Amino acid sequence: MVSAAIQGNQEAEKQQLFDCRDAYAKALEDMAANDARVSVVINDSLSSAKMKDFKTKYPERFVNVGIAEQNMVGVGNGLANGGMIPYLCGASCFLTARAMEQVKVDLAYSKANVRICGMSSGMAYGQLGPTHHSIEDMAWMRVLPNMTIIVPADPVETAETMRYSLEHTGPMFLRISRIPVRKVHGDDYKFELGKAVVLREGNDVTLIANGVVVSRSLDAADALAKLGIQARVLNMSTVKPIDRESIVKAARETRGIVTAEEALAAGGLGGAVAEVLALEYPARMRMIGLPDTFAPTGTAEFLLDHFGISAEGMTKAALELVRNEA
Amino acid sequence: MKQTTQEQLNGPKEHAAWLSAKANWIRLSAMTMTNHARLGHTGGDLSSADILATLYMGQVLKVDPGRPLWPQRDRFVMSKGHCSGAFYSTLALRGFFPLSQLKTFMDPLSMLNGHPDRNKLAGVEANTGPLGHGLPIAVGMALAARMRKESWRVFVLVGDGELQEGSNWEAAMCAQQYELDNLIVIVDRNRIQQGDFTESTICMEPLADRWASFRFEVKEVDGHDHLALLQTFASLPVVTGKPTCLIAKTIKGKGVSFAENKPAWHHGVPTKEQLDQASRELGVEVTW
Ligand SMILES: Cc1ncc(C[n+]2csc(CCOP(=O)(O)OP(=O)(O)O)c2C)c(N)n1
Ligand SMILES: [Mg+2]
Repeated sequence: MVSAAIQGNQEAEKQQLFDCRDAYAKALEDMAANDARVSVVINDSLSSAKMKDFKTKYPERFVNVGIAEQNMVGVGNGLANGGMIPYLCGASCFLTARAMEQVKVDLAYSKANVRICGMSSGMAYGQLGPTHHSIEDMAWMRVLPNMTIIVPADPVETAETMRYSLEHTGPMFLRISRIPVRKVHGDDYKFELGKAVVLREGNDVTLIANGVVVSRSLDAADALAKLGIQARVLNMSTVKPIDRESIVKAARETRGIVTAEEALAAGGLGGAVAEVLALEYPARMRMIGLPDTFAPTGTAEFLLDHFGISAEGMTKAALELVRNEA
Repeated sequence: MKQTTQEQLNGPKEHAAWLSAKANWIRLSAMTMTNHARLGHTGGDLSSADILATLYMGQVLKVDPGRPLWPQRDRFVMSKGHCSGAFYSTLALRGFFPLSQLKTFMDPLSMLNGHPDRNKLAGVEANTGPLGHGLPIAVGMALAARMRKESWRVFVLVGDGELQEGSNWEAAMCAQQYELDNLIVIVDRNRIQQGDFTESTICMEPLADRWASFRFEVKEVDGHDHLALLQTFASLPVVTGKPTCLIAKTIKGKGVSFAENKPAWHHGVPTKEQLDQASRELGVEVTW
């Protein structure tokens, strides 16, 4: 499926940057207007989760449990049991790491109809450091049976996945970043669970990315095109269930696969793609993300570049694959 | 920085005034760092400055900046790690690292991360930032002192909003069970958390009764009164066989009029003009 990618005629509009939290917050308010089950739980995260307007409009469907993430996830299970559809909205690092057993048992094992909206995931909190980074969440969430994981790439996809979440049955983890991103999808984009979106066709090499890294992978494809290399770009916004078909197809039709993500590559998107390839179609690949380390001090942008989670990093890795370097 | 000891001063009043000046320096230093990084936690930096100054500059903590890992040192855990601006300023003032290093707060590859990292900076005992980690760690440190038959004491500074994390109360039950009278929890009771006042979020009262019911010996003092703080710290353990909880009644944003008692200043970032105003109000200047 090829999304109606934005054509390059209006350069200014193309470069406009968005905070995906705005799209998520607006979607949640719209959904609440039409569905009385939509409810929100926060952990003293009113501003960071952009829930001020929701609280004002729907105070009776809004709970602030205070600084208490374990309680928050348990409360989510109870709300779902009572017929509500709760969205747990707070910093991804605390919602996943702190409340992990509650996420495992109360949500995944219980198949509870709860949505975790993990804010400012990845390294969005930059200088605040590894305690506030959420680079492990992909690996932690991905091993949980019954968990669905979506990492939207831009505001359009964020709003679309929020809309989709209402139809979904079972627990779901949505990774919502605060790092400004440009739109990579047209406004008519429709999200489909478990389907990678081909943002660009190409048969030399494949770039697979998600979240804030997708726009960087498009930049890498531009750089590669200048060198005469046609890169296929897949937006793998659904990390679980992963789109095995698109991965195997890419392995068959191109000379190698580069994955890129704002997370620990082991266990993350890179790990997920590697698992599919190892079992179904062994292929050469490069995994870009954080190696086995916590990040040093720096802004999110600095850290992304520092770890080569950048157009340059992806270009270099893709060149290695097409040139058959080790 | 040369240490002035209590003995070198004329009396308690002068000592308090001296500590107050140190605390105000910590305040302005933290705000200057936040202005530099465009990130930080001004409100909680300011509310805890007097407690930090008393502990480190008032010679309460037996620590040696020249030997940060001296095994017999008193342990201090900055559980409210988001207030790293005040904490780093205090450590530098006490001599754990050069004052000039404060300039690098949150810079790329700086050792002064937004939240303290003990592997990067001398004087930091625990990696904090996620709330509710400090007290369990402090309980372990107090237990270790007992196992090793050492006399070091453990001080842990927690936020009042932070106490909404259940881990604190698990640790509190453990502390009373093991009669850890070498442990003191200091609560920075500024009545404000991130988004709002504590009492309109998840109310913390009756806080003293809660700690007492967990079988802590509870002291309530003005957290900006250095003499009262010194007095409490001098009387530890208040009751043999019981951990102590010191509820320090503080004002978030203390000492800087535009930040005092305002939830928005939890992580407010001062402008250059606001820094100048703070400098005038605090009666100190910071040049590091
Ligand atoms: C586990 C966890 N959840 C959420 C946060 C985000 N956060 C940072 S500071 C803060 C408020 C802390 O309030 P309080 O403990 O009263 O600190 P103080 O007023 O002294 O700044 C919150 C919610 C966090 N650091 N850790
Ligand atoms: Mg507080």
